This record gives sequence, C-alpha cells and structure tokens, in this order.
Amino acid sequence: MRFLDEYRDPVAAGKWVAAIRALVTRPWNIMEVCGGQTHSIVRFGIDELLPPSIRLIHGPGCPVCVTPVELIDKAVAIAARPEVIFCSFGDMLRVPGSASDLFRVKSLGGDVRIVYSPLDAVKVAEENPGRKVVFFAVGFETTAPANALAVAEAHRRGLGNFSVLVSHVLVPPALEAVLSAPGRIVDGLLAAGHVCAVMGTEEYPPIALRHRVPIVVTAFEPLDLLEGIHMVVKQLEEGRHEVENQYHRLVRAGGNRPAQDLVKEVFRVKDRAWRGIGTIPMSGLGLREDYAAFDAEGIFEVEGVGGPESPDCRSGLVLQGLLKPTECPAFGTTCTPDNPLGATMVSNEGACAAYYRYRRHSQEPAHGV
Amino acid sequence: MCLGIPGKVVDVEEGPLRVGRVAFGDVVKEVSLVFVPDAAPGDFVVVHAGTGIEVIDEAKALRVFETLRLMEEP
Amino acid sequence: MAFELNCPVPLRHETIQMAHGGGGRMMRDLLEAVMLPAFRNDTLESRHDSALLPDPGSRLAFTTDTYVVRPRFFPGGDIGELAVYGTVNDLAMAGATPRFLSVGMILEEGYPIEELRRVVASMRRAADRCGVAIVTGDTKVVDKGKGDGIYINTAGIGSVPGDLVVGPGQVRPGDAVILSGDVGRHGVAVMSVREGIAFQTPVESDCAPLHGLVRGLLDGGVTPHCLRDATRGGLAAVLNEIATDGKVGVEVVEAAVPVVPGVEGACEMLGLDPLYVACEGCLVAFVAGPDADRAVILLRAREGGEGAVRIGTVVEDGRGTVILRTRLGTRRILDLLSGEQLPRIC
Repeated sequence: MRFLDEYRDPVAAGKWVAAIRALVTRPWNIMEVCGGQTHSIVRFGIDELLPPSIRLIHGPGCPVCVTPVELIDKAVAIAARPEVIFCSFGDMLRVPGSASDLFRVKSLGGDVRIVYSPLDAVKVAEENPGRKVVFFAVGFETTAPANALAVAEAHRRGLGNFSVLVSHVLVPPALEAVLSAPGRIVDGLLAAGHVCAVMGTEEYPPIALRHRVPIVVTAFEPLDLLEGIHMVVKQLEEGRHEVENQYHRLVRAGGNRPAQDLVKEVFRVKDRAWRGIGTIPMSGLGLREDYAAFDAEGIFEVEGVGGPESPDCRSGLVLQGLLKPTECPAFGTTCTPDNPLGATMVSNEGACAAYYRYRRHSQEPAHGV
Repeated sequence: MCLGIPGKVVDVEEGPLRVGRVAFGDVVKEVSLVFVPDAAPGDFVVVHAGTGIEVIDEAKALRVFETLRLMEEP
Repeated sequence: MAFELNCPVPLRHETIQMAHGGGGRMMRDLLEAVMLPAFRNDTLESRHDSALLPDPGSRLAFTTDTYVVRPRFFPGGDIGELAVYGTVNDLAMAGATPRFLSVGMILEEGYPIEELRRVVASMRRAADRCGVAIVTGDTKVVDKGKGDGIYINTAGIGSVPGDLVVGPGQVRPGDAVILSGDVGRHGVAVMSVREGIAFQTPVESDCAPLHGLVRGLLDGGVTPHCLRDATRGGLAAVLNEIATDGKVGVEVVEAAVPVVPGVEGACEMLGLDPLYVACEGCLVAFVAGPDADRAVILLRAREGGEGAVRIGTVVEDGRGTVILRTRLGTRRILDLLSGEQLPRIC
C-alpha cells in the first residue's frame, strides 16, 4: 500500500541504523510517546536494530492504558443495563475495571458492540430508537474530532437516545507530568504524529525549552521511527533541545483547524485522572454544557461508581518510564494478558503486553535465538 | 494510540458529514472527510476512527528518501 | 392416499416452528421436504436410527466440529459449506480420505425454511465436491432468541491408508514448514459484512476442502510429518499449537507468508495482524527438510495449492516457541493471543 510499503523498506532502514550508530557517542533514553509507535517498534523489532546505548521507553500515549479504573467501572455499570446498547472501539473490551470488564458484561447478556467509527454508534442509535445507545468516547487529541463529530451529528439528527461516556485525555499535560517526575530518565521525545496532525506543533516548544528535551514529531512506520530517533539523537549529541517535525508529509504547524474547531465546540478542557498516574490538572476533555444532554455519566447517574486499582499493579511507573515491565514483580506471574492486573498488560500497545508477547525471553540474547 | 492509515479518496459526497469513499489498497471504506474540506478524489488522506484527519503532502512525502540519499553522498 | 417419498412435500410453514423438532408429523414433513431430498443417498434412504457403513479395511479417522458463524452467508461461502469442508479438512489433516459425515442441526424457532433449503443444498454440493456422503443426521429446534438461526455440527469418518502417522509428535528439527496459500481471507470476508465494521473488498472466504492437497503430497511420495489447517487464530495459532505439542521451535519468515492486497488493506485499516486472521482453506505442512521443494511443487499442482510456499523451519526448542523473522530482519516471538483479535484505534 502506498505511503506504507515504501516506509518499511529494509535496505533504507539499514541505512538509517548505520547513520544512528555513526552519530551516537553515549547512552540516551528516548521515549516514544504514542502507543502506535510502540506497536510498530515491537512489531518490526526496531529496538533490536539500535545500538545498545539507545534505550527506547514506552510512553503514556495509549488511551486503553490511561483510562482510569473508575471510568471502566462506569462503562461496565452502564453496559450491563438492559435498555442499553454499549458501543466501543475494540480496544476497550478487555480492559479490567476493579471487578469486571466489558467482555464479561457481554457474556452476562449485556449488549456490547464493537464499532470502527463513533459515527457507526450514531447509526446504531438511529436504528434502535427504543434503546439507549452509549458510545465509550476514549482517546487522545487524534480521536477527539471523530468523537466530537458523533455528538454533533447526534445533536443535528435530534437523537435523544444517544450519549457518550467521555474519557478524553491530552498529551501535553501528560508530557509535563512525565518530564517533571522526580528521577526522570527521559532525554528526548518522539512526539505522537497523529496527535500533532490534529493539534499542530505549537504546544511543544515551551515544553522542550522548559525541560531541555529535544522533541521530534514522528510518524509510525519503521523508516519514520528511525529518522525520528536519528533526529533526536542528533539534537542530543549537539546539545540542542528544539521541536522538529519528521512527519512533515502530514503534520502542519497549526494542525487541522476544522477538527480543532469542532472539538472546542463540543468539549471543554478539564482535570482528568490517568490510570496509574493520578489526576493531572487540565489534562482531559469533557462535554460542554450545551451538550450535557449527551453525557452518559449524567443520564445513568453513575456518580460514585468505581473501585480501587489493584495495589500490585505498577503501571504508573511503567508509563512514566521509571520501571521496565519485566522489573515489576507481578509481570508474567500474577499479571498476564489472560489475567491482567492493569491496562498496560491489555492493550496491543500496552508496554507490559508488548513485552509479554514479544520479549518474554528478552533476557536471552536478542539475536542469538 | 491513534492508528491512522493512508488511503486514496475515491469520491466525495458533499453534505454535513462529507462522506467519501477511501481506498486502502483493495479495501474501500466510507469515512467522513468533513475535517479535510479540500480533500478531493485522488488525494491521500490519513484516516483515524472513520474520519480523515489530514491530507498527505505527496511532495514532502518523498523527502525522507531524499534525506537518506543526501546522507550517503560524500 | 399415495405418498411419494422422493417428492419434496410442500411445507405449510415458511419458518421453523417448535413442532418441527417435536418428533411428530411436522418434523417428518421437514425431513422429507428439506433434508432427505438434499442429502439423498442409499445409506440415508434406509432410514435407520444408525447408518450402516461398509468396512473400509483400514484404520479410521473420526472427528467432529460445530459451526456457528455470523453472518451465515458471507462473501465466498456460507455456514453449510463451512460445516462440510471444516470436518473434511480435519480428517484430511490426519492423512485420512474423507468418507462419511453426520449432520446435527440446531434450528431457532422462526428461522426461514427457504434459507434452510439454501444451506442444505450448499452442504450437498460441498459433500459431492469432497466425495463424502451425509449418512445420518438430527434436527432440534430451540425457542426464538435461544439460537442464532442455525448451528450445525458435523462428525466425519475417513479411512487412513497403511501405517501412515501424521501428527505433532512426528515433527523434527530441520523440518520445513510449508504453507498452501495466502492467509486471512476467511476472517476478512466475514468481517467485511459485519455490522459496525463493514467495508467493500473483493476478498472472498478461502473456504475449500484440503483433502486433495494432502492426497497430492501422499501420491507424490512425500509423507508429511504433520498437517494442520489454519482456522480460528490464523497461521500464528497453528504454528504455536504444533510447536507446543511437538516440543519444537518454529522459525517463520514474515515476508514469505503470502497475503493478498485486500486482506492487507483490511488489516491495516482495522489494526489487525494477518497472521492471526482466520483461514478456512489453507494448510500448514511440516515435511522433512529434503522433501521441501518437492512438497511445494506437489501442492502447487493441485487446485487450491497454487500459492504454496515454504515459510519456515523447525528448530530445537523444548519450550515450543515460534519466532518470526520480521521484514527488517529482526526476530520476535509470534505468540498466541489471549482471545480474538479486535479492530482497534490505538
């Protein structure tokens, strides 16, 4: 496929790897912010290609991993109601709440459906006027426009039986939290390419300046990731800390204005709890007053629903790069993809699941199997 | 986070949702192109969760290979 | 009144009623109007409680599988075909020549009889293509809302020539891993018509019988150490099962695994890995290293095996790990998934 295949060329990848090797003189820790980048890195084994002095740290950019237990519990409570059709991206179905998950709700008779797009949930609402259709609106800035569009469209069509359970988070406040954490080890960042396609790059220079970290907006294919790493390493070696854009074929400085405008029309910025990290001020989105009629939390009165997170789960430290998944005592013992304690063991991009699936023998030499 | 896949716009039906057909290789999916109002048939857009989030700049897309070539030259 | 057994009786109802499973006249009418005309053969015609089968004079392979699929009709196939080919393929994977099938159906009250006719006609066509006879059967009806239209169980009997032993225990380090064709078509075809995900694609299910491919290997003098058809869980699941059961490692080259563009496009779009997407007409053969090239040639000479390729090699590894060599030349574990792969945004 065009714009995918050519960015997966092994020969070109080898050239980037050689260029990185020629550049690096000492150890650097680079965090890829986005779970999609983590997925590519693991799927293509990109970390194995890098010189040992470059360590990649999987960042917090995975809505599955950072959606708080409380929200999952609310989703579970709403989905279990007989009048509800609960629509969700496939990602969220296995995420454990404090006592259950959406798959279990389905097995007990809940009408839980996977949709590809939030607009598909609007369609379900239109086709089922006698039922209440709730969409689990999770995601970062990339998904916010699609979710806002669903709300606006339901409003336009006058659908009274559609609502959204919102768990929207924002990247820059999370980066602030990661970079301000005591004992921070992150030297440079690969910023999330698709988040920046929507939001632009203007939020990042102050962060780069304040924390003295190079930030490179990076895409998702192997050549993109290797070029992004090359750009970060080059800045680090030269003592610079600027914002650069590797994903210039898609990301414009100002981002996508129509998308931003609709997000601002439907959502407002508010404090959000992050799973494993805690509440970060002004780090998420909630529905504006004008759209309160679409707020599932209000409609279904789930205030106060939500149990505690497993005390054995250290996903917060993993998300901040302070702990490797394999260093967690629960990893692979009490916590596995079949029986996850925390969300990082569930998601395709979750750092723990990625390690479990692809690297559980990583203590052995990577090239000598 | 944020699986976004490049696809080629096949056609667009103007309207509140600006629904268009986008081809991912041999697969065609209807998505909303309301956030990429300039996207026209033949353009490549990156699609996330059923919406086009931005149009690919084809000239810039070649630059990664150009950079590689320049690096190789002495 | 004259009663002509061979003539399909018109049914009073257009949909399945509870009484169609009740053991009375309506059940008899259903069998005579729909089932018997479709499956007709001498053994079935004898109308015993059990089918009496000739002694094949060899060892028997015996297997069973149950088919639930939504939607019941999908691009390239339907639940009836699947129910015949699936069981035939399980027999073929033991090296057996498929001979006889039983059919058990669970019908949901209200299920359209017209659709049932289409399903049984499709089963008959599939059975004829495989050279198997449907020799016994059963029908039950469940209350509306307690089933998904139709569930089908088939059991199959096949004859196994000579002292042939095919199974994970025969797999040895150095064996070649051969794949009969491209992967993921069935899963993508079914997804393409699912509510909430639907998309347009030229991809059709690969559902097809595989006994001809196995026959091709055996007749050509290649005795496979192990055979397995890739179904749910896709190629990755098959490789993991064999590696675990055979206590060997398997190394697979990702770039060698054929994937048609329609499957690739759908997988990229939905965030799925084609190696985990279901197939219904694709087998993996483990053959001795020196037999590899001949096995590929023999498979390619048969219908459904035109795309056969070698995708990997068996290595020593008692833990049964499957290692994938990625397109970039790196290696990673190709593990089993916890459950079904789901479309993702993240």
